[in-house]
Amino acid sequence: MALMKDKHGRPVVVVTGMGVVTSLGQGKDENWAKLTAGQSGIHTITRFPIDGLRTTIAGTVDFVPFDNAPDLTTKMAALAGDEAVAEAKIGGEGTFPGPLFLGMPPVELEWPQRQDLARASAKSADITYTDILKGAAAKDFSAMQTRFLFGSVGDALADRFGTKGAPISISTACATGATAIQLAVEAIRRGETEAALVIGADGSANQESLVRFSLLSALSTRNGDPTAAARPFSKDRDGFVMAEGAGALVLESYEHAKARGATILGVVEGCGEMADSFHRTRSSPDGAPIIGCIRNALDDAGVTPADVQYVNAHGTSTPENDKMEYVGLAAVFGEHLAKVAVSSNKSMIGHTLSAAGAIEAVFTLMTIRHGVIPPTINHTEADPAIKMDLVPNVARKASVTRAISNSFGFGGQNVCLVLAAEPA
Amino acid sequence: MAIAPEREAWITGIGLVSALGEGLDAHWEALHGDREAWLKLDSTTHAPYQVHPAVALDLAKQIPDRGDRRQMEGWQRLGTYAAGLALENAGVKGQDDLLKTMHMIVAAGGGERDYAVDGQILSGLEASNEPGKFLNERLMNDLRPTLFLAQLSNLLAGNISIVHGVVGSSRTFMGEEMAGVDAVRVALGRCHAAQGDIFLVGGAYSAERPDTILHFELGHMNWTKPWVPVWERPKDGGGTILGSVGAFLVIEAREHAEKRGAKPIAKLSKVSSDRTRRKDGDAEHSLAVQWNEISPGLIPGATIVVSGATGVSEAVAIERDILDQRRVPTRATGSVLGHSVEATFPANVALAAMMVARGEAVPPIGGAKDEARMTRKVKQAVVTSVGHWRGEGMALVEAI
Repeated sequence: MALMKDKHGRPVVVVTGMGVVTSLGQGKDENWAKLTAGQSGIHTITRFPIDGLRTTIAGTVDFVPFDNAPDLTTKMAALAGDEAVAEAKIGGEGTFPGPLFLGMPPVELEWPQRQDLARASAKSADITYTDILKGAAAKDFSAMQTRFLFGSVGDALADRFGTKGAPISISTACATGATAIQLAVEAIRRGETEAALVIGADGSANQESLVRFSLLSALSTRNGDPTAAARPFSKDRDGFVMAEGAGALVLESYEHAKARGATILGVVEGCGEMADSFHRTRSSPDGAPIIGCIRNALDDAGVTPADVQYVNAHGTSTPENDKMEYVGLAAVFGEHLAKVAVSSNKSMIGHTLSAAGAIEAVFTLMTIRHGVIPPTINHTEADPAIKMDLVPNVARKASVTRAISNSFGFGGQNVCLVLAAEPA
Repeated sequence: MAIAPEREAWITGIGLVSALGEGLDAHWEALHGDREAWLKLDSTTHAPYQVHPAVALDLAKQIPDRGDRRQMEGWQRLGTYAAGLALENAGVKGQDDLLKTMHMIVAAGGGERDYAVDGQILSGLEASNEPGKFLNERLMNDLRPTLFLAQLSNLLAGNISIVHGVVGSSRTFMGEEMAGVDAVRVALGRCHAAQGDIFLVGGAYSAERPDTILHFELGHMNWTKPWVPVWERPKDGGGTILGSVGAFLVIEAREHAEKRGAKPIAKLSKVSSDRTRRKDGDAEHSLAVQWNEISPGLIPGATIVVSGATGVSEAVAIERDILDQRRVPTRATGSVLGHSVEATFPANVALAAMMVARGEAVPPIGGAKDEARMTRKVKQAVVTSVGHWRGEGMALVEAI
């Protein structure tokens, strides 16, 4: 009988259901087939006009019809959540026995809404916020108000899945999905709940979001060959590719999952975090917060670097992130790093931002379960400053029983998860 | 499953900034003063809308680096400033080793727009034959690159890490009033379960922004009639007056506080939250359930309710349902602080702590006729939150 408590005496937290949506497609099967075939979901943007933009490619999810970013975020979250809950066979119709932890992008009015409001003011030139406010007062825009509340995405999902209590909506920039998992793990460990539904979703690839990242020079401008644009850890990497998607995980205490006869897809052994106080968008040059966050995760899991066979890298494909991630991994893993496979799913699905931590946790657990490591594609020119086994271009069969998944974000957000197979 | 034995959680630091001033003493004085002391309304800048603007701050006192101040917008400066006050109040400011172990949960919305750019783009879009292309060009040319960092919800926390060095962990919750309740609830849960010893929790909201006023105007929820306390607004259609508030709490395990010789302001005993569809009395039921979880521990006659009432009719009606049954003296701080959305609940926990620490309630707020006088010693405060659209929450703050 496997131990129900971890090395710290806390309930072991397991995963019993997973779902995923990315630009590669809907569902784990389609995503896994394409991911292990080294296929890219990055393409030229067709959602909005691209004239005048420096970056014209993205990993948008174009097969889900939507009205606006919170709507697309909700719909992808629902698709991924449906798949996860169905696999876990948990709860009853429309009820889930625990809370929702939702990682999602910040919500804001978009240009079509601002235009509706300006038109309602009947003014067409020299428009100011005074006019927009007059427009808002002139008609009933209550549906717009509700849609663009930060809480509206979680509210719709809490209704759909029948989760318990107040849904927690989280934003920790590009670490959001991992933070959502971390919060759920903590809630289960402290006995607040036996199960939790975690979803990370991001459908915010609109014009203004793209321009914002573009103005920070964070995006790849390799527009001519979209599928080759995301090239994490390569010498010629030039930025990340903005993308959309959703990942969902049903987390339970091991005891709860076993008692109801659930299939265990993996264990969340540890979570580590350390914020960076160096800069709003850059990592400390010494990598200390990244190093600290990975070490905290390993300590939390009660394991050592030698126990890890695979790193699902944050690997955004920006010059700075990939270098700092290598510095961090090299410091933590030392000589053992040579024996660890490291790959970045973002080479194929792009950077799914608020969803990335959740999607990549799903893919990491699938890596462990299937014994196949998805490759880092577009690896044609090695960066001499980065010496890691990057599983270049072609998937690899390998026995992986324990992996870490890294997530780093603007605002000094660093989260690392330790994921493992169910103990024998 | 056995739940770990709970540790006691103390509030050992408070940073509060609002229209009434900076710090608890300023709030205590203003709330005891005359109308001029507590009604700091700006009815002209955003007319016909009114706001309770934050008191003028010497930002350099908490955000010494000019570059840092420049990188932030109003809501972030307010929050970073209030966080600094809370750390100072707890006696941990600048103690890097301690701050490395401090866990942060921030409740946040989003940052402000560039109003001039938005207006120019909207005017141009109406005239343009190629609106999509026009929008791309204007955004690429007119947006300040760093404005993004003032808009991202998690960048208040990011700025607090940079300015004050709080780096143990950093999480940002979104979701209006509910985010404020759950930030405090999760911090308390983690403190009770020894998932951390010392926490910085709070939020900031800037009301002095056309886009925040706009959001409430979409639902026609702004109160534009002459000022009256929140309880008196529903009979005339209801509505909220937004207020700028920065509110942060240092929540600490008792043994951790004692070990470093920190003095408690109050004990944070319980926080609960829920989300109902607000149909068929489910919100009223949820509040009653939450009240019933707290009420067995209440000392008769020694409790004050610190309410987050918004003035929005439906939300006020839900709260009145429980308050009218329980008949506990109530203070709705939003009457004079204004409604500060994510920051409301942390601010009210702060004001509740102030009252139990002094053993005395403030007078009916804004002279509200619906608020009973409280002459007996205050030992406990129940903080309520009924979000303007969603979210029902409650806290129990007790004297030590």
